[in-house]
Amino acid sequence: MATTPSRIEPQPATATATTAGVTSGHVEVAVARTPTSPRPLRRRSEFDPVDYATMVGCAISALALGWVVFTHLTEGIGWFGFVVVVYLCFLGLFGLVTADRLGRLVATDRLATVAITSGAILLAAPLLWLVGYVVLKGLPNVTGHFFTEDQGGITPGMPATRGGGSHAIMGSLEQVTLALVISLPLALTTAVFLNETRSRLRRPVRIFVDAMSGLPSIVAGLFIFAVLILPNAQKSEVFGNNGLMASLALSVIMLPTITRTVEVVLRLVPDGLREASLALGASRARTVWSVVLPTARNGISTAVVLGIARAVGETAPLLFTSVGASLYNSNPFSGSQESLPIFVYRNIRQPLATQIDRGFTGAFVLMLIVLTLFAITRLIGGQRRTQRTARPRLVTPQEDLEP
Amino acid sequence: MMERDGRAYIRTTTPRIVEDQPTTTDRIFGFFTTAAGLTVLVLLALVGLFLLLRSRDAFDVAGWSFFKRVEWRTDIDPPEIGVLGLLVGTIEVAIIAVLIAIPLGVCAALFITDYASARWRGVLTGLVDLLAAIPSLLYGIWGWLLLSEQLAPLSKFLGRHLRWFTFFGTNDDPQFIQSMFIAGVVVSLMVLPIIASVTREVFAQTPPGEKEAALALGGTRWGMVKMVVLPYGRAGIVGGSMLGLGRALGETIAVSLLLPQLPMLTTHVLETGGATIAGFIALRAGADEFTTSGLMAAGLVLFALTLATNMVASMIVARSRSGLGVEAV
Repeated sequence: MATTPSRIEPQPATATATTAGVTSGHVEVAVARTPTSPRPLRRRSEFDPVDYATMVGCAISALALGWVVFTHLTEGIGWFGFVVVVYLCFLGLFGLVTADRLGRLVATDRLATVAITSGAILLAAPLLWLVGYVVLKGLPNVTGHFFTEDQGGITPGMPATRGGGSHAIMGSLEQVTLALVISLPLALTTAVFLNETRSRLRRPVRIFVDAMSGLPSIVAGLFIFAVLILPNAQKSEVFGNNGLMASLALSVIMLPTITRTVEVVLRLVPDGLREASLALGASRARTVWSVVLPTARNGISTAVVLGIARAVGETAPLLFTSVGASLYNSNPFSGSQESLPIFVYRNIRQPLATQIDRGFTGAFVLMLIVLTLFAITRLIGGQRRTQRTARPRLVTPQEDLEP
Repeated sequence: MMERDGRAYIRTTTPRIVEDQPTTTDRIFGFFTTAAGLTVLVLLALVGLFLLLRSRDAFDVAGWSFFKRVEWRTDIDPPEIGVLGLLVGTIEVAIIAVLIAIPLGVCAALFITDYASARWRGVLTGLVDLLAAIPSLLYGIWGWLLLSEQLAPLSKFLGRHLRWFTFFGTNDDPQFIQSMFIAGVVVSLMVLPIIASVTREVFAQTPPGEKEAALALGGTRWGMVKMVVLPYGRAGIVGGSMLGLGRALGETIAVSLLLPQLPMLTTHVLETGGATIAGFIALRAGADEFTTSGLMAAGLVLFALTLATNMVASMIVARSRSGLGVEAV
């Protein structure tokens, strides 16, 4: 024991060290630090089996500690609090044991690695939980009816399998399409303005686009309500509560989202292509139209799909604009119109279990749509992965910093 | 050749100025793109202007007491409406959310830039993007119908044993569902992606030479992260957190489901109660004219608050040396 430093050949006894083993481990390390022992590696970032064994040991002790404290000494903290406390205990124990085995420097490093890795991976837990919950509650009531029928003749007490949400799907489709038609040209031109011109106004515009992407979605709805619906609703059907107004509110949300994403993509277009086009005598407009935009085609598609995904799940802007309806209304220019988020939001807050079930059915369909759209962006994004993962330039020569 | 003031200079024996002579197409192009860019400015100005115009009724009745009053009562005459209770609730929920989201978001960003293998990096980037893609409504339903009950025992424990801490205080016979704490937890998941993505972009721009130097001097990986990556990305963390705060302040639908939306002044975040401006407006949609005017006034306050937060955040992110080229989602 005294001749072989435990740093190089860790003993099984320390490997499974629990709180009780800490003191004996301390002695071993002290013995190992004799002047005759070979100089240990300064940096040992790799985890070896002993480290994993230590982690298991510490996890077990932390669990046991938490169990004793919360079942025998106090009245319980709920499973969530239990997990948090046990996790923190585990980190503490792991740090102590490793510090004892390998010194403080290595221990801090290991502890940071474990904390950062587990913290990052644990992000998956709420996501899986949420998706699983909505699938579990929503899937059983999804029938073919949901995609073909509306809520005509359905009373609240009827089971959720009766009636459907086709009017909501239809409304969502129309509103999002209209919103896209309104916002896409504007967003593309704004992105071109930010990236392809040398105007002095680019800096303020970029800051305001940033600020606008943080605009609360309810304010977008209030804005359309205040500007168009409130003064004009008496005069004209078009400015009443209808799908068009919802589209306008949604396009306020979509505009900054698409602009920002497109601008990033335009920045990835190599400058050489632009210079070549300009050197051949093309105008700036021609360069953008024939060289820059086609090169960034995939990225622009991604931006569009992201914008759609963002808009399709937005509920708040619709509360003041399209309001919602229980019957089919395929005309977005007249009369209130249903859409999926409104359908879900209205039903989920009702007292009857059947109505809540109906809300979950809609939530499931909504989630399916969003996840599908997300998968599409990944597929498109995969085609230009080589560009995306290119290392960012260290000093980005940003032209927007005024000379 | 060098560029200055939009002109190209060619250095010859006697410097000759080459004028940029835009063609007609270029002029039209310039005009159109500038117009599009300005639309955003105009839109934001219009939002503020019209909210102000439509809230005149409410301000006429309430006056300055609108900013000092906690209650919101339209059933009495004259009506007493005030935004203070809503405003305090909004800020409390947002701060809880950001406090939870910052460590998780920075962890995720560090993991992606400095710890993960290439495969895990892709997985986690996708995970963070997916968290951002899930609609607020679904978070709200999940938090309201499921998470709320699951977190209640934790609130109960904290409320019983840590009462002396102002924010964990409770009244007699408290209820622990529909609390600002639970709303904050759910909102933290929604603001986490933006914090993670902004800090990640900043961390990714740490000069590799300095990182390698830290490692070559014998530093551990954590030593390298602590001495190089984190100081370099400090402005990104601050800016990203403020962007997250801006999002949290404006979060609407989830919070409208998660809180009872009764305006009050309280520091008891574990207990049932609380309201936020956005959630309150959402629940009162379609009310009578005067209430709507009051909602517009509340919306104006929210608009000013989020706009200020986001602008300061954007400037911090954009101005910092490390923040060049940082993208917000």
